[in-house]
Amino acid sequence: MNSRIGVIAFNTFREAVRDRVLYNLIVFALIMIGASLLLGQITIGVERQLLINLGLTSISIFGVLIAIFIGIGLVSKEIDKRTLYTMLTRPVRRWEFILGKFFGLVITLAVNAGFMTLGFFIALLYLMHGFQRSDLSILVAIYFILLQFMIVTAIALVFSSFSTPIESAVLTFAFFVVGSFSEDLRGFAEVAKGTSHYFAVGMSYIIPNFSALNVIASVAHGNPVSHQLILMNTLYAFTYAGTAVCLASLIFQNRNMK
Amino acid sequence: MPAVETFALEKTYRVGFWRSSPKVALKSLTMSVEAGEIFGYLGPNGAGKTTTIRLLMGLVNPTGGSVKILGGSIDDPAIRAQIGFLPEQPYFYDHLTAKELLNYYAALSSVPAKERSRRIDATLTRVGLAQDAWNTQLRKFSKGMLQRVGLAQAVLHEPKLVVLDEPMSGLDPTGRREVRDLIEELNHEGKTVLFSTHILSDAEALCDRVAVIGKGELRGIGVVADLTASVKGNVEIMWQGASAVPAISSMGLHPHAVGDTVRVVVAEAKVDAVIDALRRSNAKLVAVTPVRTTLEDYFLAQLAKPTAEVSR
Repeated sequence: MNSRIGVIAFNTFREAVRDRVLYNLIVFALIMIGASLLLGQITIGVERQLLINLGLTSISIFGVLIAIFIGIGLVSKEIDKRTLYTMLTRPVRRWEFILGKFFGLVITLAVNAGFMTLGFFIALLYLMHGFQRSDLSILVAIYFILLQFMIVTAIALVFSSFSTPIESAVLTFAFFVVGSFSEDLRGFAEVAKGTSHYFAVGMSYIIPNFSALNVIASVAHGNPVSHQLILMNTLYAFTYAGTAVCLASLIFQNRNMK
Repeated sequence: MPAVETFALEKTYRVGFWRSSPKVALKSLTMSVEAGEIFGYLGPNGAGKTTTIRLLMGLVNPTGGSVKILGGSIDDPAIRAQIGFLPEQPYFYDHLTAKELLNYYAALSSVPAKERSRRIDATLTRVGLAQDAWNTQLRKFSKGMLQRVGLAQAVLHEPKLVVLDEPMSGLDPTGRREVRDLIEELNHEGKTVLFSTHILSDAEALCDRVAVIGKGELRGIGVVADLTASVKGNVEIMWQGASAVPAISSMGLHPHAVGDTVRVVVAEAKVDAVIDALRRSNAKLVAVTPVRTTLEDYFLAQLAKPTAEVSR
């Protein structure tokens, strides 16, 4: 990472951690984990499964909300508030700005996820009075959640580079929701005919495959995650996010500041 | 080598729901700013000053023509490293303190880490920001304080060219005076300063040359001393002795008296006759001064022209 990208990334991180909304979301996520602990205590035999399901889903949902909430303003807010004027007249290339913003938010999300994961494992320890070997799979599920955050951030960045924050929020959230059902979209593409088939196939390539990145239910049942899936998901997430960041840079390169 | 050169620079925006109606913001601007001068870019509100500056700074893409900054392209980071820019009504990251903001910009401008702290302190002192505000978040700053921070970030990295969009905006009279002093200091250090304003007294006091723009079109450009040197053919005569007023009024003139001091503006041809009349009335002559064109006269005359008649 060159120094300018690092400087922009650090400033993005600093801006996010000084935003009170971020803490509200993290606290809410930790409350959800706590609530799942209580819920687990009134069920019989599936306490661990329930805690993992609800706990990891909370980390995922609130992380995505943070990614969308902050991501949509990464570029458009800077244009609206004209903070970009004094930035882009310095020896900073526009793609460096986009990349700095991306890394800044991804680091923010990783740190947040770290805190939420800590809260989750404290809850797990309280419930199970110890850890077991299959808990390692939980870490893999959390790694996949981080990959999801990276993709959502990149998508938010693309929309933020040409549309308003509200439009960006709606479009990014729509991508997240549709992407979470991408397996169903692929299933539909297989059975559809004619134009619908081609449309569904095209969309299944454009929409991120969040289904493959969601192994929460499987991990909750104590199933291991294959090395091949870890490798493929890593490659997929980095390729998708990298392509999206390149697209955002291309759009932003020729954008007029108002 | 000129610090700034524009060649038939144009900007047309598409407006309306379907973006089908063209709106010309700048028409074929060709001008240059010489290295080492203070150049004023004058025009009324909405004339196209800010559009021009955004085009120069590469923030907006032109629809025609081109720009050269310090002999190169604004797209070149090495050129941008030599530019300091203050936008109109600047807004900065309000979660940062003044020192953090300047440190951020210094890092982006490749100011060596060892020098940053010293240079930041010196610059904040130079722009007159009170020391107790240095570590305050910018969200708590007044408009005038933000303007000072804006000036600080523009000069922090010691650029060769400083471009200021309405730098006196939001400042009280003392602040305006300080900014004028700062612009002069920068010029004495050999820097080129280009600033836009609609406050003509600032431009007249500071600038070597000015350009006047109206409705997106260059209306005039020239050396301030030349533009204001031409005599309009009138002379102002001032004297003491209100008893002479009836004699002067009888010549068809309109003297204005403030206490015992009276002034009248007359055509050059009538000066001798007026002075004779004053002598006869035993009035005490104080001053006889040719009335010269002010920058305001020039500005208004250029804007009143239907088409551009550029004087270089």
